[in-house]
Amino acid sequence: MEILLNNRKESIDKDEITLAELIEYKKFTFKLLVTKVNGQLIKKDIRSKSIIRDGDEVLVLHMISGG
Amino acid sequence: MTTEEIRERLADKVVGIAGCGGLGSNCAVALARTGIGKLILVDDDKLEATNLNRQYFFADQIGEYKSLALRDNIHRIDDTILVETHVIRLDPGLVTKLFADCDVIIEAFDQDNEKQMIIETVLGDMPDKSIISGQGLAGYGKNDMIGTMHSGRLYIVGDHQSEVSPTHPPLAPRVGIVANMQANLVLEILLITD
Repeated sequence: MEILLNNRKESIDKDEITLAELIEYKKFTFKLLVTKVNGQLIKKDIRSKSIIRDGDEVLVLHMISGG
Repeated sequence: MTTEEIRERLADKVVGIAGCGGLGSNCAVALARTGIGKLILVDDDKLEATNLNRQYFFADQIGEYKSLALRDNIHRIDDTILVETHVIRLDPGLVTKLFADCDVIIEAFDQDNEKQMIIETVLGDMPDKSIISGQGLAGYGKNDMIGTMHSGRLYIVGDHQSEVSPTHPPLAPRVGIVANMQANLVLEILLITD
């Protein structure tokens, strides 16, 4: 399937994947993230239940200390 | 639009600033100079000497609460701007309560967990609000890496990767650039959508 991950096209060799699996697969290593799927905020505790399918738009943002 | 037309359009606008450190103090001052009608400043910290390398305060304000000292500095620039201050640590309930009347919210925290808290609160619980977050501002140089990312009501300004550390400190130029880009985005959002 093909998804839009952080505004870039990304091919994934699966028909569907959970958001938690995608984060693992893409090695997003920062400890704190904000995630959205198709514009909807997905909090950490439901990332393993959020299913990503072909054509979905996924946003994975690192929270970076400093201000 | 002329300077005066811009000031007129901004006169009834309210911007919430979550955190009055490097990002919040510089962003608030830029908005004050442009003529924003009202600022809501929230911060529970006191000013320390080490903050003066990047934050919009002065040496004789060390030991004062930042939100109150920032109000004073804004009023030295323009005493017609309404400034509401809260010396308190924000949590989700306070974010929705204190920023309920804001047109735009600025995320200007230092810590990653607080950044996450306010972004998730605004996106999850405040359906009509935009939030502008600063992410990635440590160090110096690399002007071209600083940019803006936009997804719905969430705007992220910064280089999206430079985390502060003892050998990668936040410094006035880069912090000021990101803070002023946040303020610049506020103007874009308020003046275009108005």
